[in-house]
Amino acid sequence: MTGRVLEVTDLTKRFGGFVALDTVNLHVNENERFGLIGPNGSGKTTMINCVSGALFNNEGTVVFEGEDITRMPAFKRAQLGIARSFQIPKPFKSMSVLENLRVPLEYAAWGRTGHRHIDEQAMEILELIGFADRAHDNSAGLTQVDMRKLELARALAAKPKLLVSDEAMAGLSSAEVDEILDILFKLNERGVAVIMIEHIMRAVMRFCERIVVLDAGKKIAEGLPDEIVRNPDVERAYLGE
Amino acid sequence: MKISPFWIITVLILIGGYLFAEWAENQFLFFAGYVVLQSLIMAVAWNILGGFTGYVNFGSAGFFAVGAYTAIALHQFLEAPLIVLIIIAGVVCGLIGLGTGYLTLRLRGVYFAIATLAMAIVFESLITNWEYVGGSTGAYVITPTEVAFFDSYIEMLFVLMLFLALVSVAVSRYLSISRIGQGLAAIRDDETAAECMGVPTLRLKLISTTVMGAMMGVCGAPFPFFVTYINPLSAFDLLIAVNSIAMPMIGGTAVWFGPVIGALLLGTIQQIITVTVSSELNILIVGVVLVLFVALAPRGIVGLVQDVMKKRRGK
Amino acid sequence: MSIDPSLLMNAVAAGILLGGFYAAVALGLSITFGQLDVVNIAHPAFIVAGSYLVFALNGGFGLDPVLAGIILMPVFFVVGVLVYRVYYAAFERTGRESLAGLAFFFGLMFIIEVLFILAYGVDYRLVETDYIGKQIEIGLLGIPWRMLVPFCAAVVMTGGVYLFLSKTFLGRAILAVSQDRLALQLMGADPIKIKQIAFGLGIATAALAGALLIMIGPVEPTIGRLYIGRIFAIVVLGGMGSIPGTLIAAIILGLAESLVATYIGPSWAPTVAFGILLLTLAFRPSGLLGRQA
Repeated sequence: MTGRVLEVTDLTKRFGGFVALDTVNLHVNENERFGLIGPNGSGKTTMINCVSGALFNNEGTVVFEGEDITRMPAFKRAQLGIARSFQIPKPFKSMSVLENLRVPLEYAAWGRTGHRHIDEQAMEILELIGFADRAHDNSAGLTQVDMRKLELARALAAKPKLLVSDEAMAGLSSAEVDEILDILFKLNERGVAVIMIEHIMRAVMRFCERIVVLDAGKKIAEGLPDEIVRNPDVERAYLGE
Repeated sequence: MKISPFWIITVLILIGGYLFAEWAENQFLFFAGYVVLQSLIMAVAWNILGGFTGYVNFGSAGFFAVGAYTAIALHQFLEAPLIVLIIIAGVVCGLIGLGTGYLTLRLRGVYFAIATLAMAIVFESLITNWEYVGGSTGAYVITPTEVAFFDSYIEMLFVLMLFLALVSVAVSRYLSISRIGQGLAAIRDDETAAECMGVPTLRLKLISTTVMGAMMGVCGAPFPFFVTYINPLSAFDLLIAVNSIAMPMIGGTAVWFGPVIGALLLGTIQQIITVTVSSELNILIVGVVLVLFVALAPRGIVGLVQDVMKKRRGK
Repeated sequence: MSIDPSLLMNAVAAGILLGGFYAAVALGLSITFGQLDVVNIAHPAFIVAGSYLVFALNGGFGLDPVLAGIILMPVFFVVGVLVYRVYYAAFERTGRESLAGLAFFFGLMFIIEVLFILAYGVDYRLVETDYIGKQIEIGLLGIPWRMLVPFCAAVVMTGGVYLFLSKTFLGRAILAVSQDRLALQLMGADPIKIKQIAFGLGIATAALAGALLIMIGPVEPTIGRLYIGRIFAIVVLGGMGSIPGTLIAAIILGLAESLVATYIGPSWAPTVAFGILLLTLAFRPSGLLGRQA
């Protein structure tokens, strides 16, 4: 088996009587660009919450790099190397951009990378994504696209092996989408596997090597982008009968 | 090894305080100084949870009073020296802080606030019903008339309080500038994001409540020996609760020296008002100033000064 | 241990009456905290303010306390609207309501308390009417008027608020503010105006609750603080904003306190609320009839 970074087996998540995810299986290979799509309410966000540890699944297992993390709290998963960005950006508002990056460097990545030169490491990341000139700006005053960049920069500062990007492009202009895509490609080149959750199909098709489609809590399709586009079940899920 | 200026200043203040105590004749200065230092410790303690972590504790007076009554109980039971009483009171209140935190911190912050408020009332009932420490009628403490190295007992208490205040400020400063402080600030800004960035939020919050509780307990322990007569009413004084919130809010909650500035300023003004006017008016003024500051200057005096400096630099 | 039936019966009756009164005390908070998410810890201070104004009207004009309370309600409504405006402008709009908002109401509580200390001193005050002090005897049961009248007034007020919220357009808009933003937009209502009215209503209930408070027993300026734990326990147990839940939770607390006071000792009664609050928070944070948190 060639390195699977994430392996989700028979995952079920219920909210009261409502089944949000129903025995879903999926895996992500090392350094893969993976897409998770589906209509609104299909369970995508629930899935990444179960992967990142914000929610615990009722049944099934989540295995990260061969380790069962099903019952592990979110902060430990982050320390192991799972990072996520939020659909609605959640910057640490009292801090500057640079200080925002210090938090994951001092916590998530602390055990795995050097303790020294935190600020240098942060600047390096900001330079990588072309954000260095904003390092000392207050994070609360950023524009939408800059907030998204900060989300990704902060996730990168956690030195992840797996990055979950939750609708990082929603509401952005076409040029801005390309900017974010560039950043994600750069991350991927550095060996990070990426799970992209996105509604903008152009971005998904350009970025992803393999795609899983969820609908009403179930996996309805899996395959290469071209296959997914031509899959009748997927079309039905998106367009209705 | 490099010694930071903070520690040099701290030691100088302590030595200065001792020399001042030896030199000063006016006993009132020690009483007033003790009260100001007491509220300084309470403000610093409150700010560790309220300012750094973003969780409001309304039960400051409860922790303080439990510290005071732990000291009374042990004093009656063991006749232990004051320093032992202070340490045990700190441990007891630290554990209470930990317990309250553990029960309520998983929920929304506002529940923690309400629980602390209700907790203070419960402790008041418990102590009112506990005859061993005097119940509702209160208890007297006889303090020795002579102490080594000092001219009087109050002089010793003043220097002791100065020492405790400096320790509190040092602890608070450490928490704020260290890696822990970065984690606490992340929790205050966005707890979900903090957790996802690897910050062990529950553990840090519990450290925060425990240190806060312990510090307030330590602050309360010498109180019975300062007033020599204590009853539930004086130990659970409303002014303690309001001061420990108002002082950090007025000084500035985001930095370690905010509550210090707030406490020195407000505490001194209070001493002057209490002597010259009345203690009710004193509370009224604290209330009004608190409301004005939270509404108009949310970052406190520190924030105001920072804004002014930024404008100057801009010109 | 044998249980004296008349003692038990009286304790239960007293508990239910006390619980009804607690519903009146908690009702306003159920609206402001439960439905609007405004942590108004100054609510008991407003109630005490109600008590003192009723005391003044009763002493000055010989008005019946309940009537005086009702007369004061519109005044309190206006005060509530104004307080909410300040709160909104300073905290909600800027999105920093949690910490600073709490401190704001905390400060407000002290201001109100001290104003009454300055005006009336720290002595206990009480009201006089013909019926206070008398009681109805039914077999072994003795029901004092000073408990029965507040109970009835409280139940009527709670019922009235319930009907208002569930039957009128404005009431439903208030419920929508807390539960269903989209519905509110579809109704074409301005959420800030709706919240103002709701907050005003919450404070208005404090006027009558204050009248009932001073009928039940003498009042001093800081007595409100005894009620903070109680009313938050009731609102949380009642399920954050549910009016029937508030009434049920209030009666549960009243019964529990009355039984504890009778069988363990009156000085332990204040701890009951805290116990209930902690147990609720630990095991059922959504309360008895709760909306999901």
